[in-house]
Amino acid sequence: MATMVTAPRGAGADAPSPASHGRSAGRRRLVWRNTAAGWSFILPNFIGFAALTMVPIIVLFYVSSTQWNIYRHTATWTGSANWIQMWHDPLFWKSLWNTLYYAGVHIPLTMAAALGLALLLNRKLRGVAFFRTAAFFPYITSVVALCYVWNLLFSPNYGPINEFLRWVGVDNPPGWTTKSTWAMPAVIVVGTWREMGYYMLLYLAGLQTIPSQLYEAATVDGASAWQKFRNVTLPGLRHTTFLVTVLITIGSFKVFDVILLLTQGGPGQSTYVLSQYIYQKGFVESQFGYASAVAVVLFAICFLVTIIQYRVNRRGNA
Amino acid sequence: MMAAIANAQVDPAALTVPGRRAEPAPPRRILGRVALYTVLILAAAALFLPFYWMAVSSLKHTNEVFTAPVHWLPSTVVWHNYLDIWQKAQMSTWLRNTLFLSVVVTFLQVLTGSFAAYGFSKIRFRGRELLFLAYIGTIAVPWQSYMIPQFILFSRIKLTNTLWSIVALQAFGAFGVFLMKQFFESIPEELSEAARIDGLSEYGIWRRIMLPLSMPAVASLSLLTFVTTWNDYLGPLLYLRDPGVRTIQLGLSRFIDAYNAEYSLIMTGSVLSVIPIAIIFALGQRYFVEGIATTGLKG
Repeated sequence: MATMVTAPRGAGADAPSPASHGRSAGRRRLVWRNTAAGWSFILPNFIGFAALTMVPIIVLFYVSSTQWNIYRHTATWTGSANWIQMWHDPLFWKSLWNTLYYAGVHIPLTMAAALGLALLLNRKLRGVAFFRTAAFFPYITSVVALCYVWNLLFSPNYGPINEFLRWVGVDNPPGWTTKSTWAMPAVIVVGTWREMGYYMLLYLAGLQTIPSQLYEAATVDGASAWQKFRNVTLPGLRHTTFLVTVLITIGSFKVFDVILLLTQGGPGQSTYVLSQYIYQKGFVESQFGYASAVAVVLFAICFLVTIIQYRVNRRGNA
Repeated sequence: MMAAIANAQVDPAALTVPGRRAEPAPPRRILGRVALYTVLILAAAALFLPFYWMAVSSLKHTNEVFTAPVHWLPSTVVWHNYLDIWQKAQMSTWLRNTLFLSVVVTFLQVLTGSFAAYGFSKIRFRGRELLFLAYIGTIAVPWQSYMIPQFILFSRIKLTNTLWSIVALQAFGAFGVFLMKQFFESIPEELSEAARIDGLSEYGIWRRIMLPLSMPAVASLSLLTFVTTWNDYLGPLLYLRDPGVRTIQLGLSRFIDAYNAEYSLIMTGSVLSVIPIAIIFALGQRYFVEGIATTGLKG
């Protein structure tokens, strides 16, 4: 991790200076006082953060190689047993595959929708301010209520969505959450619908940082709208795109509540994802050890993908 | 990498540019505008269909929710649903629990978050960068991956099945630290220097200079934290088992399981769970947008 950050600011300030003895003693006192003050500010949050987030993350790796007795809270070290079991577990592979399916479609779809909306709304137009904030509303509303409504909207025979499809001439509209082939697309639609407004805000913020002179210069040079997009907008958005990609990717791999509320992983196991498998094994079947091993896989995926994206982004910067 | 995330600094004020007066436009521009508005209206319809459906269904008779062809308006408006829901479900318990959680979590998050942010942005000390890196690193770690060890810990210290488990879960997040740090860094160092010379302690500077100057950021953080806690479903799902400690999200989902054929009543409950958020959002839109734009770290 340490190689991934820019050189820490202010690190050099602590170096001893070739000054008189009294001054360096004063300096030391100052350094000590600053350290004490700094820690005292950070501690109230850090104690909670370390105990409730960092410690569990570290403990996860231990639990993943044990068999955990949930009644007595005792762990039996089982070495690689959980990992071998996972390797031969078809439901694990199924949920891993489904997670990749969800991520593979949801990531590009949400990015395209968010960027499209942002470009559409990045202009001075009456009513645009309203749209900007309205698009964000689904992201902060009750996921329980929204998933329930979406299930009604998706209803194959009586739902407005299929009614609309029939009206435009689709004879045999999809069964959505009731059919194993259509359940995942339905979940992806809801996921995208919920999140695109949020990422749109990030893109809008990024678009505002591109100097308008660049566009003016491109116009003078006779660039078409597409050329401006390719050569001014996209390069200008590189940092935003990196941030958005990282966040959407992690968000997609950990997808859980939408699936649990829309399909519960079904029909069959057609929308069963990793997070749900961790929940099922851990909290329903009380196999904390095995569930933690699956959780390590989720952890590793998110971590690796983030590092790869960072590398790609840095190569682009060079 | 993570530093790049934290430093993705943008100008949130630019997001709320007021509309400019339209000049007389050539026909091609008018056509473009019409097309643009059509797309916008379609997008808005797609965004709002679920909310519309929720509101309309909550006022229907249950057997009118599913009809072919679809009824876009209730044939008779059933206000009664909004009285029945209080009897059939423990709405008042859920709302009380959720309100308590949202207020306590928001208070703690703003307090500890801004306090830590002061340490990270205004005081230089050895180990600061490494410590901040630990905070940032957790962005790449989904909660789902460590919810089991966390649960083990919480049950050891007897927090499970109490509202305090959700407080512990939500109150010390890294998000508040990021948001406040971003804002504090935009406040000129000279202000705190001047205050130091005048004899204010670091705590005094935090309390009397930084906090009053950061009210917009405090508002953003408060609203976002409040709404996140209000809507949290997974935390309560894992930790709150007894009916008496259920939150609105958990209560609603249990209600759906128990009365899965009472479509319109479920919609009534859903509307009631969304209304407080809608009001908060309507009043504080600006702060939501600015908070997201400065950090981009929620979720």
